[in-house]
Amino acid sequence: MSEEKEPLFSGKNIKLLTEPLNDSNPITVQVLGICSALAITVKVKPAFVMAVSVVFVMAVSNVVISLLRKTVPPRIRIIVQLVVIAAMVILVDQFLKAFLFDISKQLSVFVGLIITNCIIMGRLEAFALSNKPWPAFLDGLGNAAGYGVILIIVAFFREFLGSGTIWGYQVIPEGFYNFGYENNGFMILPPMALIVVGIIIWVQRAKNKKLVESN
Amino acid sequence: MKSLRRYLDKIKPHFEKGGKFEKLHSTFDAFETFMFTPDAVTSKGSHIRDSVDMKRTMAIVVFALVPSVLFGMWNIGFHHFKATGQEGTLLEMFWLGFLRILPIIVVSYGVGLGIEFAFAQYRGHEVNEGFLVSGMLIPLVLPVDVPLWMVALATAFAVIIGKEVFGGTGMNILNPALTARAFLFFAYPSYMSGNEVWTHGMIKGEGIADTFSGATPLAEAAAGNVDNLPEVSEMFFGTILGSIGETSTLAILIGAVILLFTGVGSARIMISTFIGGLVMGLLLNAFAVNPFMEVPAWQHLLLGGFAFGAVFMATDPVSASQTPKGKIIYGFLIGFLAILIRVVNPAYPEGVMLAILLMNVFAPLIDHYVIENNIKKRLKRAKVKA
Repeated sequence: MSEEKEPLFSGKNIKLLTEPLNDSNPITVQVLGICSALAITVKVKPAFVMAVSVVFVMAVSNVVISLLRKTVPPRIRIIVQLVVIAAMVILVDQFLKAFLFDISKQLSVFVGLIITNCIIMGRLEAFALSNKPWPAFLDGLGNAAGYGVILIIVAFFREFLGSGTIWGYQVIPEGFYNFGYENNGFMILPPMALIVVGIIIWVQRAKNKKLVESN
Repeated sequence: MKSLRRYLDKIKPHFEKGGKFEKLHSTFDAFETFMFTPDAVTSKGSHIRDSVDMKRTMAIVVFALVPSVLFGMWNIGFHHFKATGQEGTLLEMFWLGFLRILPIIVVSYGVGLGIEFAFAQYRGHEVNEGFLVSGMLIPLVLPVDVPLWMVALATAFAVIIGKEVFGGTGMNILNPALTARAFLFFAYPSYMSGNEVWTHGMIKGEGIADTFSGATPLAEAAAGNVDNLPEVSEMFFGTILGSIGETSTLAILIGAVILLFTGVGSARIMISTFIGGLVMGLLLNAFAVNPFMEVPAWQHLLLGGFAFGAVFMATDPVSASQTPKGKIIYGFLIGFLAILIRVVNPAYPEGVMLAILLMNVFAPLIDHYVIENNIKKRLKRAKVKA
């Protein structure tokens, strides 16, 4: 019981929370979860809801798996993980359908597909199965937040340039359109999300030399 | 000329190491080698050195594009006068087109070279020459009334995302000029396709006669109005609607002769592209179920941007296949897919752009297998002997 004395926000734990935001970001460094990043980042609002959903699913399932880690036989751990994630996803899905029906419609199948989001499975396998609930919770929060931040940044640029709005509000003044400005239709198409993610990776690597591989 | 040389020699020390403008070395270097053939000599290894360097090669391509540019200028005026029902002399038509095209060319070169210079300064290498051609190709594949800021944006996108992120000229996997066009095509479809964009003044509707449709022959054919297709001679000489430089097959062929004569463009790619298009056209003719599929195969080669793409885009030495056999496969598939996309997918009447970009991506794979195949063959031969 020596770890009892470790403060809740020790340096190591804080690192669990902050590292996925930059140095080991699930999207830009580990390049996981790209599929949903392409699909639901057309507008900021759904991207935000998606990010929050993933934060919830990930944090809770990390804790649950961490609690179960000593009782789950290794041979069936994947099934157990899937069941836990699926239960959380169904909760989120039902919640969205009940209270945020419009957004639930926009996210369509991608809420259900959180189950297959490789970030979640990856963290359960790599972290929650071998760590205590509290660090697992922080790890889940951190990774989901790292995912969510990128999602929202990408959605910001795509909505701003593609629709001229942010969070559904018109931000590019009408005068611009009269002057000949046009919304960039390419931004609404999935390939552009990939390019925006690429540019984010570029900027991140330019700033964070640690990430640049030496060969 | 002499005084220019003297002036360059006078200011040169400032740009060398330790000089006042050391940081601007690559800019100076770009201008110097653009004006004069560099006097560098090979110091080791093979001692054969051709004075035809990248800048000269690129200049030849630009030279080959001149007929298309000049014809495009006249064609814009011709169609504008035709649409408004006015009478105009040859010179008036040409002048109108000149005034329309010049700003597009200036913007394309200005933005593209600006970015190239900035990257060269920042990375400390020489300014890449590749944009000399791209800057001329971009205006030629755009409709006449495209807003200038769109040209600027597309050029910036093509140079940065299409080229510089991969490491500059010689490293890009996609043809920059087509990247620019594809960007505009998907980003601003209302300015890149439809019936209004091909004639100057038609978007704003300034005095355009009601009877003037503005549809390109390709659009007419795609709509099934094959009877509205212009005469073959019109399609060949290029007095039809389309992007600025793509309409006249004759002007493009003159360019092709220049490219082939100087050895700058690959004859393998050009010819196999045409053959690929022809084969697909014949296949479609054989299974024709709608009027568009019945258009004679050889007429497809005159329509739209097929010839322009085959001569100037597919032969881009950087993004094309490098092996002789690979070039033939690469070219054939471009032609083959271009006609397939054009006829079968009604959403993209201009399949040439997409076919070339697709094959650009596949070019390294084609090369890989050609080389592997060759290695295998030679190994086999070696074994039989032993």
